[in-house]
Amino acid sequence: MCGIVGLLLKNPQLRPRLGELMVPMMIGMTERGPDSAGLAVFTQPVGGSLYKLSLYAGENDVDWNAFLAALTAAMPGSHELRRAANHSVLTTSAPPEKVEAWIETHATDLTVLSIGKSIDLYKDIGAPAEVARRYEFAALQGTHLVGHTRMATESAVTPAHAHPFTAGHDFCLVHNGSLSNPNLVRRKLEPLGIEFETDNDTEAACRYFEWRLREGDDLPTAVRRGFEELDGFYTFLMGTDSELALVRDAFACKPAIVAETDDYVAVASEFRSLAHLPGVRNAKLFEPRPQEVYSWRI
Amino acid sequence: MADLTSKEFDLSVTTLRDVNQYLHRQMAADGVTAVTILNPDGAHSLACGMNAPAEIEIQGHVGYYVAGMNKHANVTVNGNAGPGAAENMMSGLVRVRGFASTSAAASARGGCMVIEGDAALRCGISLKGADIVVGGDVGSFSGFMAQAGRMVICGDAGDALGDSLYEAVIYVRGKVKSLGADAQYEEMTDADRASVAQLLGIAGFKHHPSEFRRIASARKLYHWNADANQEY
Amino acid sequence: MPTDSTPSPEGSQHFSREESFTIDRRAIDYVQRAAATGLYEIRGLGAKRPVPHFDDLVFLGASLSRYPLEGYREKCSTRTVLGTRFATKPVELAIPITIAGMSFGALSANVKEALGRAATDMGTSTITGDGGMTREERNSSRTLIYQCLPSRYGFDPDDVRSADAIEIVIGQGAKPGGGGMLLGQKVNPRVAAMRTLPEGVDQRSACRHPDWTGPDDLAIKIRELREVTDWEKPIYVKVGATRVFNDVKLAVHSGADVVVVDGMQGGTAATQTCFIEHVGIPTLAALRQAVDALEDLNMRGQVQLIVSGGIRTGADVAKAMAMGADAVSIGQGVLVALGCNSETYLQGDRQVSAVADYHRLGTAPGFCHHCHTGKCPVGVTTQDAVLEQRLQPAIGARRVRNYLKTLTMELTTLARACGKQDVHHLEREDLVALSVEAAAMARVPLAGTSWIPGHGAT
Repeated sequence: MCGIVGLLLKNPQLRPRLGELMVPMMIGMTERGPDSAGLAVFTQPVGGSLYKLSLYAGENDVDWNAFLAALTAAMPGSHELRRAANHSVLTTSAPPEKVEAWIETHATDLTVLSIGKSIDLYKDIGAPAEVARRYEFAALQGTHLVGHTRMATESAVTPAHAHPFTAGHDFCLVHNGSLSNPNLVRRKLEPLGIEFETDNDTEAACRYFEWRLREGDDLPTAVRRGFEELDGFYTFLMGTDSELALVRDAFACKPAIVAETDDYVAVASEFRSLAHLPGVRNAKLFEPRPQEVYSWRI
Repeated sequence: MADLTSKEFDLSVTTLRDVNQYLHRQMAADGVTAVTILNPDGAHSLACGMNAPAEIEIQGHVGYYVAGMNKHANVTVNGNAGPGAAENMMSGLVRVRGFASTSAAASARGGCMVIEGDAALRCGISLKGADIVVGGDVGSFSGFMAQAGRMVICGDAGDALGDSLYEAVIYVRGKVKSLGADAQYEEMTDADRASVAQLLGIAGFKHHPSEFRRIASARKLYHWNADANQEY
Repeated sequence: MPTDSTPSPEGSQHFSREESFTIDRRAIDYVQRAAATGLYEIRGLGAKRPVPHFDDLVFLGASLSRYPLEGYREKCSTRTVLGTRFATKPVELAIPITIAGMSFGALSANVKEALGRAATDMGTSTITGDGGMTREERNSSRTLIYQCLPSRYGFDPDDVRSADAIEIVIGQGAKPGGGGMLLGQKVNPRVAAMRTLPEGVDQRSACRHPDWTGPDDLAIKIRELREVTDWEKPIYVKVGATRVFNDVKLAVHSGADVVVVDGMQGGTAATQTCFIEHVGIPTLAALRQAVDALEDLNMRGQVQLIVSGGIRTGADVAKAMAMGADAVSIGQGVLVALGCNSETYLQGDRQVSAVADYHRLGTAPGFCHHCHTGKCPVGVTTQDAVLEQRLQPAIGARRVRNYLKTLTMELTTLARACGKQDVHHLEREDLVALSVEAAAMARVPLAGTSWIPGHGAT
């Protein structure tokens, strides 16, 4: 199981410090999640027809320049790469699903972690402090983020199984807990055209929400429907380009605490991840009630 | 002249392990009876396993299991407490001035726990003889399988209050979202009112015992019974 | 021509005796019982159905290429240390055979004392069980492990401090996912007082711990126990065998010093039969997964593994250790040593027949699983003041000691035959399997071949 962290900066002046404020939160969750760590950050959205794809190379030795050259030759439009260790953010003016399809066939060493106008997603195996160093999380800027540290349960410790999971554009989810019917959920969604990448129970929840959002539910409605269809214990923290949403199941066995000030909303599995935040001594502190959807917009 | 009966620790400079070991092994020998702990910052298991009388004041919010298995000591958290506060306490007094997270006083066997704010789900789960007084509300499944002891809830209760209750008794002042299996309302007696008064006095809450209702076990789950439609 | 209308047996009538495989006598008995009572059957002991087990493995003893040690003269060490990872005072045992956790309540106080005395005599440990720590057991057992269970019956920090190790129980092999059970007839005044229950109620324990759920929170709970004990005592984590590979990894991540895995053959004093027979995996399969998990994390030797569930003989112990266990734990075998399913019990030096008492329970010696009734004919799993006198601590201690001694002698005999100076040097390459299922579960080759099902060449 795991630790979750979330941070939404209401005060624009703090946004350049988003990563700096978050790193100690994530490291505070190391004991809950020593195996892998991940983070989705929502930055200033790219404009026009541009989209960003977060690309992950894992252990593969990728010639990023060659990749960029091949993509540029194959796909008209502008393509820029910003690299950190085994990860890159590709900003492209080509239709993102086409780029994703091209990568799946022509750059099989790479995995697409996310697509969106705001979202950048990083996840890798390793202790949270290591992962934070590898991708320079402390330097990240943006409006809000969703992060996670993982202790593997029923599926393997591989980067693909680390959280956050994404669906569609600018949507991600992290999960603390264990779903007891993920396979039933997967078998219900696959015939509806929803594609799964892993057997991870969190992905089942993410794809379930992807389906409901696709069917026109807003996020709170999708979550409430999930109370009936998703079985098990969970705390979910979700991010879209404009909001953070937090919910716990009816038993609320997995912990969560929120600190809110005029400047920020911070979420973590344990208070000790919030203790260093500026102004936390005067923050409104509360634990989310079970089966209630809490959301904050930027 | 320094007060030799009191001592202060700062968790931002001293480790949790050192503080707890002092409290267990050195404090009584030093004749120290009052300890203040600064900057807990969500630390877990602070002042757990206390085994001697002392006044422990914790300045700030704590993580899980504060004063777990407490014996003889009076521990006050000037802040909020994480899950399992005062779990399995045997005697003494544990007071949380803010809110307490899930499973407060789980399996507690003696002594008294006072929560001035709200308690989350499963307050008093598996209670085994201690008293709990909550100034605010309690979450769902509070008093779940509570075997002995008393709970006084000044605010509201969530779902399934007192589910599978044994001989513990719950007094509620506010609204109850739902009662748990085998829990039922009963008439308050003079003895009940005296209990509530005594516990409110310890907590320092100014309510009147007549505002409380009594909840106890209907005792229908005590024996397996094919005709009783029991759910287990 | 016969005019007699009585049919002749050899002639015109055929007596049909075609039994159904699916609706056999066992299924008929089951349905008839359900129709009579309207309640699931509750019984004691572990899974009775045949499953692949240690009998399906054999040792490759000494040969031209592997040299045996002399029995009696050349040493074969059995010393076992558990809990070296974090504790400042690990548990040191003379033999790798321990006595499993069985509650006072399920067992009588006399039995708990007998077990303690036998364990002390043999230099091994006992475990408290789901009912708290009795004075008898702490005083008689030199090394006592204290269980922390979902019920927390009788859980007391003074006992935590006086214990030699703490075992956090997630589940047991007989009923992974289920809580403890003690029927009202066994909840006598002493048991009731220890468990904070009204006398005579049917005790139903919780199946989840009250103050934590999940390995991330277990990590914090383990830390709490370490803080309470000033980091001196080993913390064991016990699971019933289901998703063993994952569970052992998670237990290690959560900070366990020792992991205990209890297979489906593991016993209980009272549980629903459907739970015993249909939930959990065989000890053999569980053991292999547990060892794989520790090797995957490179923690063999740092986190110790104890396995239980149907360990009966010295050969079982030896095979379990060859598979990778650091120690085993025995419950049912020890009770049988005390007299469980015996036709007689001892009064002084007289053997007294208990057969009539078995019959009164609706069973017979060799078939009895009626621990849940509290009317154990030989005074083992009872709280009845009369019945419990049928097992005197000194006699019981002697019998358990003899049993453990026999197991140890067999263990060292087999280890020496494989050329080992230390029983912990037994390895899985010393074993082959006699059946395809056992070969697949234990992942050792089928005897006479190099074939492991799913893994390789014939």
